Amino acid sequence: MLSVRKLSVSYLDFDAVSDVSLELESGQWLMLAGPNGAGKSTIIKAISNSLKFDGQVLVAGQDVTRLSSRQLALHMAVLQQSHAVGFAFTVEELVRFGRYAHQRRFSHSDPRGRELVNEAIAVCGLSAIRTQNVLTLSGGELQRAFLAQAFAQDAPLLLLDEPASHLDMTYQQTLFELIATWLKTKGRGVISVVHDLQLARRYGSHALLLNQGRLVASGSMDAVFTRDNLQSVYGMDVNAWLNWLHAPWLDGQNGDDSVYSSGIRKE
Amino acid sequence: MSKPQSTAGNKKTRFPSSTGFSGSALPWRIAGFSVLILVSILLCIALGSVPIALDKTARVLLDALRGIRAAGDMETTIILTIRLPRVLGVFLVGASLSICGAAMQGLLRNPLADGATLGVSAGASLGAMLAILFGISLPLMPLAGTALVAVLFAFLSLMLVLSLAYALDRSLATSTIILIGVIYTMFMGSLMSLLISFSGSKLRSITFWTMGSLSGTGYGEVIFLSVALLVCGSVLLLSSRELDAFAMGEDNAHNIGVSVKQVKLRVMIFVSILIGVSVSIGGTIGFVGLVIPHISRLIIGPSHRRLLPASIVLGGVFLLFCDLLARTLLSPIELPLGVVTSLIGAVFFLVILIRSRRRMA
Repeated sequence: MLSVRKLSVSYLDFDAVSDVSLELESGQWLMLAGPNGAGKSTIIKAISNSLKFDGQVLVAGQDVTRLSSRQLALHMAVLQQSHAVGFAFTVEELVRFGRYAHQRRFSHSDPRGRELVNEAIAVCGLSAIRTQNVLTLSGGELQRAFLAQAFAQDAPLLLLDEPASHLDMTYQQTLFELIATWLKTKGRGVISVVHDLQLARRYGSHALLLNQGRLVASGSMDAVFTRDNLQSVYGMDVNAWLNWLHAPWLDGQNGDDSVYSSGIRKE
Repeated sequence: MSKPQSTAGNKKTRFPSSTGFSGSALPWRIAGFSVLILVSILLCIALGSVPIALDKTARVLLDALRGIRAAGDMETTIILTIRLPRVLGVFLVGASLSICGAAMQGLLRNPLADGATLGVSAGASLGAMLAILFGISLPLMPLAGTALVAVLFAFLSLMLVLSLAYALDRSLATSTIILIGVIYTMFMGSLMSLLISFSGSKLRSITFWTMGSLSGTGYGEVIFLSVALLVCGSVLLLSSRELDAFAMGEDNAHNIGVSVKQVKLRVMIFVSILIGVSVSIGGTIGFVGLVIPHISRLIIGPSHRRLLPASIVLGGVFLLFCDLLARTLLSPIELPLGVVTSLIGAVFFLVILIRSRRRMA
């Protein structure tokens, strides 16, 4: 459903992304991973035609640079990390903006719109706050409202740019579970930028590892997130760090201190 | 999968019927707005240095509407040749400046944006002044030359202020835009003062005009303003949904399918035309475009489908009463209209600032 070929993006003299290619089939959840400045968000922006790039991005076989914004929005919805909300719209109005691409200029007729908006509001748990002013929402509620907007947009491809990085664990879980459920419908696909490799491993079907704008590895989760790949990208033993970090601790264990040795832990 | 529960049930904010898929309250709103406009116009025509009875005013206006040649008494002459064109001109200028303010605030996601705060009105004033000084006019259309230069200067000013603000601060923060706008307005003001002081008697006579005034407005100006408001207002109204989308940020607007650059350019061009035409006829009338959209948003909610028409009506009516104050407060001396709106607007501007600071704190 999506094909990115030899994608390169430069900001002045700086190459943010160099020669990256990827393919996404329906039903797949592709995780873009890598350290800060690896070019993950830039790839999302290029796919959504929000910046100039070299190479080719084809969605459903069509070049994104040749599609109008409206046509593009029918193919893909984007959920950003943070949002700039200007005026006191209600949650329902915000979700309804997702239907923009489906409505004509002079006729706002959109028979499926009401149904999809109501469904998105219900699924995202916003029914109780549908008439609430968006300026008064918490970070998690706002992110859910924008996810509902993306669902209401009813596009087969969902692009997520670090959607849960500033959310607490409950909201992270909620968000990823909502997206996982959404993905179960045939013909849909997700690409997301993630920093949390554990989240990426649990929810992703495929991964793409980047470093300094270049592709390091791509394929299945196990093939990409190898000790060597992660070591080369992050410059540290990521597996050991994550094992130590996420080892069971509620029952009193502190993780395997013999495997991971950071200057902080070992005195 | 369990649905998340809201924890914020106690802070609901309801607006008068949301921008639903239907608009059942529309006929009532139109009726209410029409009555408000008609009553305001009638009052503002009847009141003045020479008060005229309301029934007489209404009768003269109805006769004129039905094409009945009115008796040539003094009151009829005052109503039809002085007050009616002036009142219509004032309403149209107020409506134009107000819809422009609402559109710019929506576009920039900035409740303090307005033709005056962004320097657009000042730019248009300088343009109009240069056109008068150099006698630029178009054949058969005496008003169009000044208006054309004013429109051009308005557009260039808007582009310049936004480009400067963007160069300094990519996020186009409210404070940056307003600061650049204020600096630009002061710069334009000093250029205008310079022009007035060097131009001799030719421009000194329009010093009053730079402070905003619609005294002496004729039917030519009214027709010119009506056409400008009809065309530009329609384009802005047709951009309502896009302006709504801009309220959630340009990136989000792009992502839901709005052609961001196209809409931005379209709104900026038509806002510039409307401000340019208004300023070339009424001079600099500040704060209408700031105050009215703000009040309208409080009354009717932020959706531009309702906000823009409400701004037109309330902006027109607000300026009508400001003009009434200007010509009756110290009668027979007439205050410049811009002075009255600025006095009211400055206080309001301060209230908005204090409220937004408190909210941030």
